[in-house]
Amino acid sequence: MTVITFAGPSGKRQEFVTEETTTAMTVARLNGVSGIEAECGGSLSCATCHVYVAESDVHKLPPASEDELEMLELVAAERRPTSRLCCQIVLGDNVDSLVLELPETQF
Amino acid sequence: MPGDRIGGAPDSVVILGAGHAGSQLAVALRDKGFTGGITLVNGEAEAPYQRPPLSKAYMANGQGDALWFLKPESYVAKDIRLVAGPAISVDRADRSVTLADGTSVGYGHLVFATGTRNRPLPGPWADRGVRTLKTLRDATALRAMLDQTRSLAIIGGGFIGLELAAYANRRGIDVDIVERGPRLMARAVSEPISEHFLAQHRAAGIRVHLDTGVASLDRVGRLTRLTLDGDSHVEADLVIAAIGVTAETSLAQAAGLAVEDGILVDEQLRTEDPAISAIGDCARFPSAHADAPLRLESVQNANDHARLVAGRLTGTPATYDALPWFWSDQGADKLQIAGLPGAADRRVRRGTAESGRFTVFSFRDGRLFAAESVNMPADHMVARRLIASGGIVDADALATPENALKTFLQHRQDA
Ligand SMILES: Cc1cc2nc3c(=O)[nH]c(=O)nc-3n(C[C@H](O)[C@H](O)[C@H](O)COP(=O)(O)OP(=O)(O)OC[C@H]3O[C@@H](n4cnc5c(N)ncnc54)[C@H](O)[C@@H]3O)c2cc1C
Ligand code: FES
Repeated sequence: MTVITFAGPSGKRQEFVTEETTTAMTVARLNGVSGIEAECGGSLSCATCHVYVAESDVHKLPPASEDELEMLELVAAERRPTSRLCCQIVLGDNVDSLVLELPETQF
Repeated sequence: MPGDRIGGAPDSVVILGAGHAGSQLAVALRDKGFTGGITLVNGEAEAPYQRPPLSKAYMANGQGDALWFLKPESYVAKDIRLVAGPAISVDRADRSVTLADGTSVGYGHLVFATGTRNRPLPGPWADRGVRTLKTLRDATALRAMLDQTRSLAIIGGGFIGLELAAYANRRGIDVDIVERGPRLMARAVSEPISEHFLAQHRAAGIRVHLDTGVASLDRVGRLTRLTLDGDSHVEADLVIAAIGVTAETSLAQAAGLAVEDGILVDEQLRTEDPAISAIGDCARFPSAHADAPLRLESVQNANDHARLVAGRLTGTPATYDALPWFWSDQGADKLQIAGLPGAADRRVRRGTAESGRFTVFSFRDGRLFAAESVNMPADHMVARRLIASGGIVDADALATPENALKTFLQHRQDA
Protein backbone atom coordinates (compact mmCIF):
# COMPACT_ATOMS: atom_id res chain seq x y z
CA MET A 1 0.00 0.00 0.00
CA THR A 2 1.26 3.47 -0.86
CA VAL A 3 -0.08 6.86 0.17
CA ILE A 4 0.77 9.18 -2.69
CA THR A 5 0.37 12.95 -2.62
CA PHE A 6 0.49 15.28 -5.62
CA ALA A 7 1.25 18.88 -4.66
CA GLY A 8 0.39 21.48 -7.32
CA PRO A 9 2.45 24.62 -7.93
CA SER A 10 -0.38 26.68 -6.39
CA GLY A 11 -0.28 24.62 -3.21
CA LYS A 12 -3.24 22.33 -3.95
CA ARG A 13 -2.61 18.85 -2.52
CA GLN A 14 -4.34 15.66 -3.63
CA GLU A 15 -3.79 12.41 -1.75
CA PHE A 16 -4.53 8.88 -2.98
CA VAL A 17 -4.05 5.42 -1.54
CA THR A 18 -3.02 2.61 -3.87
CA GLU A 19 -3.32 -1.06 -3.00
CA GLU A 20 -1.97 -2.64 -6.16
CA THR A 21 1.38 -2.23 -7.83
CA THR A 22 1.07 0.62 -10.30
CA THR A 23 2.92 3.72 -11.45
CA ALA A 24 2.58 7.22 -10.05
CA MET A 25 1.57 8.40 -13.54
CA THR A 26 -1.30 5.89 -13.69
CA VAL A 27 -2.61 7.07 -10.30
CA ALA A 28 -2.48 10.68 -11.50
CA ARG A 29 -4.24 9.94 -14.77
CA LEU A 30 -7.01 7.75 -13.39
CA ASN A 31 -7.80 10.38 -10.78
CA GLY A 32 -7.64 13.22 -13.28
CA VAL A 33 -4.82 15.12 -11.55
CA SER A 34 -4.24 18.29 -13.60
CA GLY A 35 -0.64 19.07 -14.42
CA ILE A 36 0.41 15.56 -15.42
CA GLU A 37 -0.12 15.19 -19.17
CA ALA A 38 1.56 11.80 -19.70
CA GLU A 39 0.88 12.00 -23.42
CA CYS A 40 2.63 8.76 -24.33
CA GLY A 41 0.96 6.73 -21.59
CA GLY A 42 4.23 5.64 -20.00
CA SER A 43 6.27 4.71 -23.06
CA LEU A 44 9.08 7.07 -22.10
CA SER A 45 8.45 9.09 -25.25
CA CYS A 46 7.00 12.41 -24.13
CA ALA A 47 8.49 13.78 -20.87
CA THR A 48 5.12 15.34 -20.02
CA CYS A 49 4.82 13.37 -16.76
CA HIS A 50 7.58 15.33 -15.02
CA VAL A 51 7.47 15.64 -11.20
CA TYR A 52 9.78 16.68 -8.37
CA VAL A 53 10.14 14.05 -5.67
CA ALA A 54 10.06 15.55 -2.15
CA GLU A 55 13.63 15.67 -0.74
CA SER A 56 12.67 13.44 2.15
CA ASP A 57 11.32 10.74 -0.20
CA VAL A 58 14.10 10.59 -2.76
CA HIS A 59 15.84 7.71 -0.97
CA LYS A 60 12.70 5.55 -1.25
CA LEU A 61 13.00 5.19 -5.03
CA PRO A 62 15.50 3.30 -7.15
CA PRO A 63 17.54 5.61 -9.39
CA ALA A 64 16.32 6.61 -12.84
CA SER A 65 17.37 4.55 -15.90
CA GLU A 66 19.71 5.95 -18.56
CA ASP A 67 16.79 6.57 -20.91
CA GLU A 68 14.82 8.39 -18.25
CA LEU A 69 17.83 10.57 -17.42
CA GLU A 70 18.19 11.44 -21.10
CA MET A 71 14.54 12.44 -21.35
CA LEU A 72 14.78 14.45 -18.13
CA GLU A 73 17.36 16.70 -19.77
CA LEU A 74 14.57 18.03 -21.95
CA VAL A 75 11.60 18.54 -19.66
CA ALA A 76 9.76 21.82 -20.23
CA ALA A 77 10.00 23.14 -16.65
CA GLU A 78 13.18 23.58 -14.62
CA ARG A 79 15.15 20.37 -14.23
CA ARG A 80 16.17 19.75 -10.62
CA PRO A 81 18.15 16.97 -8.94
CA THR A 82 14.82 15.62 -7.67
CA SER A 83 13.21 15.57 -11.15
CA ARG A 84 11.67 12.28 -12.28
CA LEU A 85 9.28 11.09 -14.96
CA CYS A 86 6.46 9.69 -12.88
CA CYS A 87 5.53 6.99 -15.41
CA GLN A 88 8.78 5.34 -14.31
CA ILE A 89 7.98 5.52 -10.58
CA VAL A 90 6.61 2.14 -9.56
CA LEU A 91 4.52 2.11 -6.39
CA GLY A 92 4.38 -1.14 -4.50
CA ASP A 93 5.09 -2.47 -1.05
CA ASN A 94 8.54 -0.92 -1.25
CA VAL A 95 7.14 2.61 -0.96
CA ASP A 96 4.86 3.42 1.99
CA SER A 97 4.32 7.07 1.15
CA LEU A 98 5.47 9.50 -1.49
CA VAL A 99 5.04 13.23 -2.08
CA LEU A 100 5.40 14.46 -5.66
CA GLU A 101 5.41 18.12 -6.56
CA LEU A 102 4.08 19.17 -9.95
CA PRO A 103 6.12 21.52 -12.14
CA GLU A 104 4.76 24.80 -13.55
CA THR A 105 4.35 23.31 -17.02
CA GLN A 106 4.75 20.10 -19.02
CA PHE A 107 5.11 21.71 -22.48
CA MET B 1 -36.16 6.13 -22.98
CA PRO B 2 -37.02 6.96 -26.61
CA GLY B 3 -37.95 10.56 -27.09
CA ASP B 4 -36.08 11.82 -24.02
CA ARG B 5 -34.07 14.94 -24.62
CA ILE B 6 -31.13 16.04 -22.51
CA GLY B 7 -28.73 18.95 -22.67
CA GLY B 8 -28.82 21.60 -25.35
CA ALA B 9 -27.70 24.76 -23.55
CA PRO B 10 -25.75 27.06 -25.89
CA ASP B 11 -22.57 26.51 -23.90
CA SER B 12 -22.92 22.71 -23.83
CA VAL B 13 -20.48 20.50 -25.71
CA VAL B 14 -21.29 17.03 -27.01
CA ILE B 15 -18.36 14.82 -28.01
CA LEU B 16 -18.93 11.82 -30.26
CA GLY B 17 -16.37 9.13 -29.45
CA ALA B 18 -14.53 8.62 -26.16
CA GLY B 19 -11.18 7.53 -27.55
CA HIS B 20 -7.97 9.48 -27.17
CA ALA B 21 -9.21 12.66 -28.79
CA GLY B 22 -12.68 12.74 -27.26
CA SER B 23 -11.58 11.83 -23.74
CA GLN B 24 -8.70 14.29 -23.84
CA LEU B 25 -11.03 17.04 -25.03
CA ALA B 26 -13.43 16.48 -22.12
CA VAL B 27 -10.59 16.66 -19.60
CA ALA B 28 -8.88 19.61 -21.30
CA LEU B 29 -12.12 21.61 -21.31
CA ARG B 30 -12.41 21.27 -17.53
CA ASP B 31 -8.69 21.97 -17.06
CA LYS B 32 -9.19 25.21 -18.96
CA GLY B 33 -12.09 26.20 -16.74
CA PHE B 34 -15.02 25.35 -19.01
CA THR B 35 -18.21 25.40 -16.92
CA GLY B 36 -20.84 24.33 -19.47
CA GLY B 37 -22.19 20.81 -19.81
CA ILE B 38 -19.95 18.13 -21.32
CA THR B 39 -21.48 14.97 -22.74
CA LEU B 40 -19.02 12.31 -23.88
CA VAL B 41 -20.67 9.66 -26.03
CA ASN B 42 -18.90 6.32 -25.66
CA GLY B 43 -19.15 4.11 -28.73
CA GLU B 44 -17.76 1.05 -26.95
CA ALA B 45 -18.99 -1.12 -24.11
CA GLU B 46 -15.85 -0.63 -21.97
CA ALA B 47 -14.94 2.47 -19.97
CA PRO B 48 -12.85 4.73 -22.26
CA TYR B 49 -9.29 3.43 -22.58
CA GLN B 50 -5.97 3.98 -24.35
CA ARG B 51 -5.29 2.00 -27.51
CA PRO B 52 -1.49 2.02 -27.96
CA PRO B 53 -0.78 -0.56 -25.23
CA LEU B 54 -3.15 -3.06 -26.90
CA SER B 55 -0.36 -4.21 -29.21
CA LYS B 56 2.32 -3.70 -26.53
CA ALA B 57 2.12 -3.88 -22.71
CA TYR B 58 -1.46 -5.16 -22.58
CA MET B 59 -0.55 -8.24 -24.62
CA ALA B 60 1.99 -9.09 -21.94
CA ASN B 61 0.15 -8.09 -18.76
CA GLY B 62 -3.57 -8.19 -19.59
CA GLN B 63 -4.32 -5.31 -17.22
CA GLY B 64 -7.36 -3.66 -18.80
CA ASP B 65 -8.09 -1.23 -15.95
CA ALA B 66 -4.61 0.26 -16.28
CA LEU B 67 -5.63 1.46 -19.75
CA TRP B 68 -8.51 3.65 -18.60
CA PHE B 69 -8.15 7.38 -19.10
CA LEU B 70 -10.06 8.09 -15.91
CA LYS B 71 -11.58 5.85 -13.30
CA PRO B 72 -15.39 5.95 -13.27
CA GLU B 73 -15.61 8.25 -10.20
CA SER B 74 -13.37 10.82 -11.88
CA TYR B 75 -15.95 11.50 -14.61
CA VAL B 76 -18.41 12.41 -11.89
CA ALA B 77 -15.84 14.51 -10.05
CA LYS B 78 -15.12 16.45 -13.24
CA ASP B 79 -18.80 16.72 -14.14
CA ILE B 80 -18.29 14.94 -17.45
CA ARG B 81 -21.44 13.08 -18.46
CA LEU B 82 -20.26 9.81 -19.98
CA VAL B 83 -23.18 8.24 -21.86
CA ALA B 84 -23.51 4.94 -23.70
CA GLY B 85 -23.63 5.31 -27.46
CA PRO B 86 -23.08 4.97 -30.21
CA ALA B 87 -24.71 8.03 -31.69
CA ILE B 88 -26.81 7.05 -34.69
CA SER B 89 -27.74 10.39 -36.22
CA VAL B 90 -27.06 14.10 -36.07
CA ASP B 91 -29.73 16.71 -36.77
CA ARG B 92 -27.86 19.92 -37.54
CA ALA B 93 -30.97 22.07 -37.84
CA ASP B 94 -32.20 20.94 -34.42
CA ARG B 95 -28.65 20.85 -32.99
CA SER B 96 -29.16 17.42 -31.55
CA VAL B 97 -27.74 13.92 -31.68
CA THR B 98 -29.73 10.72 -31.34
CA LEU B 99 -28.18 7.84 -29.44
CA ALA B 100 -28.73 4.14 -30.09
CA ASP B 101 -31.23 3.92 -27.20
CA GLY B 102 -33.31 6.73 -28.68
CA THR B 103 -32.19 9.49 -26.32
CA SER B 104 -31.79 12.84 -27.98
CA VAL B 105 -28.91 15.02 -26.80
CA GLY B 106 -28.92 18.71 -27.66
CA TYR B 107 -25.68 20.56 -28.27
CA GLY B 108 -24.30 24.06 -28.38
CA HIS B 109 -21.15 22.70 -29.99
CA LEU B 110 -20.64 19.22 -31.41
CA VAL B 111 -17.27 17.51 -31.83
CA PHE B 112 -16.68 14.44 -33.95
CA ALA B 113 -13.94 12.27 -32.42
CA THR B 114 -15.04 9.04 -34.04
CA GLY B 115 -11.60 7.71 -34.98
CA THR B 116 -11.15 5.06 -37.63
CA ARG B 117 -12.38 1.62 -38.51
CA ASN B 118 -10.19 -1.22 -39.73
CA ARG B 119 -10.12 -1.58 -43.50
CA PRO B 120 -12.54 -4.37 -44.40
CA LEU B 121 -10.97 -7.75 -45.03
CA PRO B 122 -11.20 -9.19 -48.53
CA GLY B 123 -14.32 -11.36 -48.93
CA PRO B 124 -13.58 -14.79 -47.53
CA TRP B 125 -10.87 -13.90 -45.00
CA ALA B 126 -13.15 -13.12 -42.09
CA ASP B 127 -15.06 -16.38 -42.56
CA ARG B 128 -11.78 -18.25 -42.48
CA GLY B 129 -10.82 -16.97 -39.07
CA VAL B 130 -8.61 -13.98 -39.87
CA ARG B 131 -8.53 -11.64 -36.86
CA THR B 132 -7.98 -7.90 -36.54
CA LEU B 133 -7.00 -5.59 -33.68
CA LYS B 134 -8.67 -2.31 -32.86
CA THR B 135 -10.46 -2.52 -29.55
CA LEU B 136 -9.80 -3.77 -26.04
CA ARG B 137 -12.24 -6.55 -26.80
CA ASP B 138 -10.20 -7.59 -29.86
CA ALA B 139 -7.02 -7.50 -27.80
CA THR B 140 -8.49 -9.62 -25.01
CA ALA B 141 -9.61 -12.24 -27.52
CA LEU B 142 -6.21 -12.25 -29.23
CA ARG B 143 -4.39 -12.62 -25.91
CA ALA B 144 -6.38 -15.72 -25.13
CA MET B 145 -5.74 -17.14 -28.60
CA LEU B 146 -2.03 -16.48 -28.45
CA ASP B 147 -1.85 -18.78 -25.43
CA GLN B 148 -2.85 -21.64 -27.76
CA THR B 149 -0.83 -20.49 -30.74
CA ARG B 150 2.41 -21.99 -32.01
CA SER B 151 2.50 -20.29 -35.39
CA LEU B 152 1.21 -16.85 -36.31
CA ALA B 153 0.91 -15.19 -39.70
CA ILE B 154 0.54 -11.43 -39.78
CA ILE B 155 -0.70 -9.74 -42.93
CA GLY B 156 0.64 -6.18 -43.10
CA GLY B 157 4.05 -4.85 -42.09
CA GLY B 158 2.96 -1.62 -40.44
CA PHE B 159 3.39 -0.56 -36.81
CA ILE B 160 0.64 -2.69 -35.30
CA GLY B 161 1.59 -5.82 -37.25
CA LEU B 162 5.25 -5.45 -36.30
CA GLU B 163 4.55 -4.77 -32.63
CA LEU B 164 2.40 -7.87 -32.43
CA ALA B 165 4.97 -9.89 -34.36
CA ALA B 166 7.77 -8.87 -32.00
CA TYR B 167 5.67 -9.71 -28.95
CA ALA B 168 4.67 -13.14 -30.27
CA ASN B 169 8.23 -13.90 -31.32
CA ARG B 170 9.51 -13.15 -27.81
CA ARG B 171 6.93 -15.58 -26.47
CA GLY B 172 8.40 -18.30 -28.65
CA ILE B 173 5.66 -18.29 -31.29
CA ASP B 174 6.78 -18.93 -34.86
CA VAL B 175 5.97 -15.76 -36.86
CA ASP B 176 5.57 -14.91 -40.56
CA ILE B 177 4.88 -11.37 -41.75
CA VAL B 178 3.46 -10.87 -45.22
CA GLU B 179 3.80 -7.37 -46.63
CA ARG B 180 2.63 -6.37 -50.08
CA GLY B 181 4.91 -3.35 -50.37
CA PRO B 182 8.67 -3.30 -50.87
CA ARG B 183 9.50 -2.27 -47.30
CA LEU B 184 8.18 -2.22 -43.75
CA MET B 185 6.20 0.76 -42.36
CA ALA B 186 6.61 2.38 -45.78
CA ARG B 187 3.90 4.97 -45.20
CA ALA B 188 5.52 6.43 -42.11
CA VAL B 189 9.29 5.93 -42.01
CA SER B 190 12.35 6.49 -44.22
CA GLU B 191 14.21 3.66 -46.01
CA PRO B 192 17.06 3.38 -43.48
CA ILE B 193 14.56 2.81 -40.67
CA SER B 194 12.62 0.22 -42.68
CA GLU B 195 15.89 -1.59 -43.34
CA HIS B 196 16.98 -1.51 -39.72
CA PHE B 197 13.71 -2.99 -38.47
CA LEU B 198 13.67 -5.58 -41.24
CA ALA B 199 17.11 -6.73 -40.12
CA GLN B 200 16.09 -6.71 -36.44
CA HIS B 201 12.94 -8.75 -36.96
CA ARG B 202 14.71 -11.22 -39.20
CA ALA B 203 17.59 -11.59 -36.74
CA ALA B 204 15.01 -12.40 -34.05
CA GLY B 205 13.77 -15.27 -36.21
CA ILE B 206 10.68 -13.71 -37.77
CA ARG B 207 10.20 -14.56 -41.44
CA VAL B 208 9.38 -11.37 -43.35
CA HIS B 209 7.98 -11.70 -46.88
CA LEU B 210 8.21 -8.36 -48.71
CA ASP B 211 6.66 -7.51 -52.08
CA THR B 212 4.27 -10.34 -51.41
CA GLY B 213 0.50 -10.34 -51.49
CA VAL B 214 -1.86 -13.02 -50.24
CA ALA B 215 -3.32 -14.76 -53.30
CA SER B 216 -5.69 -17.00 -51.35
CA LEU B 217 -6.40 -18.27 -47.91
CA ASP B 218 -7.86 -21.64 -46.89
CA ARG B 219 -8.52 -23.70 -43.81
CA VAL B 220 -6.57 -26.94 -43.69
CA GLY B 221 -7.68 -28.79 -40.57
CA ARG B 222 -6.72 -26.66 -37.58
CA LEU B 223 -4.43 -24.51 -39.66
CA THR B 224 -4.92 -21.64 -42.04
CA ARG B 225 -2.93 -21.94 -45.23
CA LEU B 226 -1.95 -18.73 -47.01
CA THR B 227 -1.01 -19.00 -50.64
CA LEU B 228 1.31 -16.13 -51.39
CA ASP B 229 2.09 -14.45 -54.70
CA GLY B 230 4.67 -16.59 -56.46
CA ASP B 231 2.89 -19.66 -55.15
CA SER B 232 4.75 -20.17 -51.88
CA HIS B 233 2.78 -21.07 -48.77
CA VAL B 234 2.62 -20.15 -45.13
CA GLU B 235 0.65 -22.18 -42.59
CA ALA B 236 -0.35 -20.82 -39.22
CA ASP B 237 -2.61 -21.50 -36.23
CA LEU B 238 -3.62 -17.88 -36.16
CA VAL B 239 -3.78 -15.17 -38.82
CA ILE B 240 -4.01 -11.48 -37.95
CA ALA B 241 -4.56 -8.82 -40.60
CA ALA B 242 -3.19 -5.37 -39.76
CA ILE B 243 -3.76 -3.70 -43.10
CA GLY B 244 -4.70 -0.19 -42.12
CA VAL B 245 -7.79 1.83 -41.41
CA THR B 246 -10.20 4.31 -42.92
CA ALA B 247 -11.71 7.30 -41.16
CA GLU B 248 -15.04 6.74 -39.40
CA THR B 249 -17.07 9.38 -41.19
CA SER B 250 -20.43 7.70 -41.75
CA LEU B 251 -22.38 9.88 -39.31
CA ALA B 252 -20.73 13.10 -40.46
CA GLN B 253 -21.43 12.24 -44.06
CA ALA B 254 -25.06 11.42 -43.33
CA ALA B 255 -25.30 14.83 -41.63
CA GLY B 256 -24.19 16.45 -44.88
CA LEU B 257 -20.66 17.43 -43.85
CA ALA B 258 -17.83 17.25 -46.37
CA VAL B 259 -15.74 14.08 -46.01
CA GLU B 260 -12.80 12.68 -47.94
CA ASP B 261 -11.37 9.76 -45.95
CA GLY B 262 -11.68 12.15 -43.03
CA ILE B 263 -14.05 14.89 -41.98
CA LEU B 264 -12.78 18.06 -43.64
CA VAL B 265 -11.91 20.86 -41.23
CA ASP B 266 -10.12 24.22 -41.42
CA GLU B 267 -6.93 25.29 -39.64
CA GLN B 268 -8.91 25.70 -36.43
CA LEU B 269 -10.42 22.22 -36.84
CA ARG B 270 -13.91 23.54 -37.61
CA THR B 271 -16.13 21.86 -40.18
CA GLU B 272 -18.14 23.97 -42.60
CA ASP B 273 -20.81 24.11 -39.86
CA PRO B 274 -19.55 26.59 -37.25
CA ALA B 275 -21.25 24.55 -34.50
CA ILE B 276 -19.29 21.40 -35.37
CA SER B 277 -15.59 20.48 -35.08
CA ALA B 278 -13.72 17.25 -35.82
CA ILE B 279 -10.56 16.04 -34.07
CA GLY B 280 -8.17 13.11 -33.91
CA ASP B 281 -7.94 10.20 -36.34
CA CYS B 282 -11.24 11.11 -38.07
CA ALA B 283 -10.26 14.67 -39.07
CA ARG B 284 -8.55 15.81 -42.25
CA PHE B 285 -6.91 19.18 -41.64
CA PRO B 286 -4.60 21.65 -43.39
CA SER B 287 -1.06 21.47 -42.02
CA ALA B 288 2.11 23.48 -42.40
CA HIS B 289 3.94 20.13 -42.26
CA ALA B 290 2.40 18.79 -45.48
CA ASP B 291 1.39 20.00 -48.94
CA ALA B 292 -2.11 18.56 -48.89
CA PRO B 293 -4.60 18.29 -46.02
CA LEU B 294 -3.51 15.58 -43.61
CA ARG B 295 -5.19 12.87 -41.64
CA LEU B 296 -2.96 11.34 -38.97
CA GLU B 297 -3.40 8.33 -36.74
CA SER B 298 -1.51 9.14 -33.59
CA VAL B 299 -1.93 9.97 -29.96
CA GLN B 300 0.00 13.21 -30.43
CA ASN B 301 -2.46 14.32 -33.08
CA ALA B 302 -5.47 13.36 -30.95
CA ASN B 303 -4.10 15.18 -27.88
CA ASP B 304 -3.01 18.34 -29.67
CA HIS B 305 -6.27 18.56 -31.61
CA ALA B 306 -8.20 18.16 -28.38
CA ARG B 307 -6.27 20.91 -26.63
CA LEU B 308 -6.69 23.28 -29.56
CA VAL B 309 -10.47 22.86 -29.63
CA ALA B 310 -10.65 23.09 -25.82
CA GLY B 311 -8.81 26.40 -26.14
CA ARG B 312 -11.16 27.69 -28.82
CA LEU B 313 -14.26 26.74 -26.83
CA THR B 314 -12.88 28.54 -23.79
CA GLY B 315 -12.02 31.76 -25.61
CA THR B 316 -8.45 31.27 -26.85
CA PRO B 317 -8.73 30.27 -30.52
CA ALA B 318 -5.53 29.34 -32.35
CA THR B 319 -4.35 27.94 -35.65
CA TYR B 320 -3.32 24.31 -35.52
CA ASP B 321 0.36 23.84 -36.34
CA ALA B 322 1.62 21.24 -33.83
CA LEU B 323 4.55 19.13 -34.99
CA PRO B 324 3.55 15.49 -35.52
CA TRP B 325 5.41 12.90 -33.45
CA PHE B 326 4.97 9.19 -32.88
CA TRP B 327 6.48 6.21 -31.15
CA SER B 328 6.45 2.44 -31.65
CA ASP B 329 7.91 -0.26 -29.39
CA GLN B 330 9.02 -3.34 -31.29
CA GLY B 331 10.78 -6.01 -29.26
CA ALA B 332 13.69 -4.30 -27.50
CA ASP B 333 13.67 -1.34 -29.89
CA LYS B 334 12.00 1.98 -29.26
CA LEU B 335 11.35 3.97 -32.42
CA GLN B 336 10.48 7.65 -32.00
CA ILE B 337 9.57 9.85 -34.93
CA ALA B 338 9.50 13.65 -34.99
CA GLY B 339 7.95 15.31 -38.04
CA LEU B 340 6.74 13.43 -41.11
CA PRO B 341 9.63 11.63 -42.80
CA GLY B 342 8.83 12.05 -46.51
CA ALA B 343 10.96 12.69 -49.55
CA ALA B 344 14.23 14.30 -48.44
CA ASP B 345 17.13 16.02 -50.22
CA ARG B 346 19.52 14.70 -47.66
CA ARG B 347 19.55 12.36 -44.67
CA VAL B 348 22.31 12.25 -42.07
CA ARG B 349 22.78 9.80 -39.24
CA ARG B 350 24.04 10.09 -35.69
CA GLY B 351 25.10 6.83 -34.11
CA THR B 352 25.23 3.49 -35.90
CA ALA B 353 22.76 0.74 -36.68
CA GLU B 354 25.31 -1.77 -35.32
CA SER B 355 25.19 -0.15 -31.88
CA GLY B 356 21.40 -0.32 -32.00
CA ARG B 357 21.20 3.39 -31.09
CA PHE B 358 20.96 5.97 -33.84
CA THR B 359 18.91 8.79 -35.33
CA VAL B 360 18.23 9.55 -38.98
CA PHE B 361 17.75 13.27 -39.63
CA SER B 362 15.95 14.34 -42.85
CA PHE B 363 16.57 17.67 -44.58
CA ARG B 364 14.65 19.43 -47.34
CA ASP B 365 15.71 22.79 -48.80
CA GLY B 366 18.41 22.98 -46.16
CA ARG B 367 16.03 22.58 -43.25
CA LEU B 368 15.62 19.72 -40.80
CA PHE B 369 12.03 18.47 -41.12
CA ALA B 370 12.03 14.97 -39.61
CA ALA B 371 14.04 12.80 -37.27
CA GLU B 372 13.67 9.10 -36.57
CA SER B 373 15.38 7.82 -33.46
CA VAL B 374 16.05 4.22 -32.49
CA ASN B 375 16.71 3.90 -28.76
CA MET B 376 17.81 7.55 -28.63
CA PRO B 377 15.12 9.33 -26.59
CA ALA B 378 17.14 12.49 -26.05
CA ASP B 379 17.76 12.87 -29.80
CA HIS B 380 14.03 12.63 -30.32
CA MET B 381 13.26 15.34 -27.79
CA VAL B 382 15.92 17.70 -29.15
CA ALA B 383 14.80 17.08 -32.73
CA ARG B 384 11.21 17.96 -31.87
CA ARG B 385 12.30 21.34 -30.61
CA LEU B 386 14.67 21.98 -33.51
CA ILE B 387 12.05 21.14 -36.12
CA ALA B 388 9.27 23.06 -34.38
CA SER B 389 11.44 26.17 -34.36
CA GLY B 390 12.16 26.06 -38.08
CA GLY B 391 14.74 23.31 -38.48
CA ILE B 392 17.67 25.62 -39.02
CA VAL B 393 20.65 23.48 -38.11
CA ASP B 394 23.78 22.38 -39.93
CA ALA B 395 23.49 18.81 -41.22
CA ASP B 396 27.22 18.07 -41.03
CA ALA B 397 27.50 19.38 -37.51
CA LEU B 398 24.50 17.26 -36.51
CA ALA B 399 26.13 14.15 -37.97
CA THR B 400 29.29 14.68 -35.90
CA PRO B 401 28.90 12.57 -32.76
CA GLU B 402 31.35 14.74 -30.79
CA ASN B 403 28.85 17.60 -30.88
CA ALA B 404 26.45 17.04 -27.99
CA LEU B 405 22.93 17.39 -29.34
CA LYS B 406 21.74 19.70 -26.62
CA THR B 407 24.23 22.33 -27.73
CA PHE B 408 22.24 22.76 -30.95
CA LEU B 409 19.32 24.03 -28.93
CA GLN B 410 21.57 26.53 -27.15
CA HIS B 411 23.07 27.75 -30.45
CA ARG B 412 19.60 28.32 -31.72
CA GLN B 413 18.61 30.34 -28.67
CA ASP B 414 21.79 32.41 -28.84
CA ALA B 415 21.36 33.13 -32.52
C1 LIG C 1 -3.26 -1.48 -31.47
C2 LIG C 1 -2.98 -0.02 -31.65
C3 LIG C 1 -1.74 0.49 -31.30
C4 LIG C 1 -1.44 1.85 -31.45
N1 LIG C 1 -0.21 2.31 -31.07
C5 LIG C 1 0.06 3.65 -31.15
C6 LIG C 1 1.30 4.18 -30.70
O1 LIG C 1 2.20 3.47 -30.25
N2 LIG C 1 1.49 5.53 -30.77
C7 LIG C 1 0.53 6.36 -31.25
O2 LIG C 1 0.74 7.58 -31.29
N3 LIG C 1 -0.65 5.88 -31.70
C8 LIG C 1 -0.91 4.55 -31.66
N4 LIG C 1 -2.12 4.07 -32.10
C9 LIG C 1 -3.09 5.01 -32.69
C10 LIG C 1 -3.88 5.74 -31.62
O3 LIG C 1 -4.45 4.83 -30.73
C11 LIG C 1 -4.95 6.58 -32.29
O4 LIG C 1 -4.32 7.52 -33.12
C12 LIG C 1 -5.83 7.30 -31.27
O5 LIG C 1 -6.50 6.38 -30.48
C13 LIG C 1 -6.78 8.22 -31.99
O6 LIG C 1 -7.72 8.74 -31.10
P1 LIG C 1 -9.19 9.09 -31.60
O7 LIG C 1 -9.93 9.53 -30.38
O8 LIG C 1 -9.13 9.98 -32.77
O9 LIG C 1 -9.78 7.72 -32.11
P2 LIG C 1 -10.06 6.39 -31.29
O10 LIG C 1 -9.17 6.28 -30.12
O11 LIG C 1 -10.09 5.31 -32.28
O12 LIG C 1 -11.53 6.61 -30.71
C14 LIG C 1 -12.66 6.77 -31.52
C15 LIG C 1 -13.85 6.30 -30.72
O13 LIG C 1 -15.04 6.77 -31.35
C16 LIG C 1 -16.02 5.79 -31.23
N5 LIG C 1 -17.10 6.03 -32.19
C17 LIG C 1 -17.10 5.82 -33.53
N6 LIG C 1 -18.29 6.14 -34.05
C18 LIG C 1 -19.08 6.57 -33.02
C19 LIG C 1 -20.42 7.01 -32.90
N7 LIG C 1 -21.23 7.09 -33.97
N8 LIG C 1 -20.89 7.34 -31.68
C20 LIG C 1 -20.08 7.27 -30.59
N9 LIG C 1 -18.81 6.85 -30.63
C21 LIG C 1 -18.32 6.50 -31.84
C22 LIG C 1 -15.26 4.52 -31.44
O14 LIG C 1 -15.98 3.41 -30.93
C23 LIG C 1 -13.99 4.79 -30.66
O15 LIG C 1 -14.10 4.38 -29.33
C24 LIG C 1 -2.43 2.71 -31.98
C25 LIG C 1 -3.69 2.19 -32.36
C26 LIG C 1 -3.96 0.85 -32.20
C27 LIG C 1 -5.32 0.31 -32.61
S1 FES D 1 4.16 9.34 -19.80
FE1 FES D 1 5.41 9.82 -21.50
S2 FES D 1 7.39 9.80 -20.65
FE2 FES D 1 6.12 9.40 -18.94
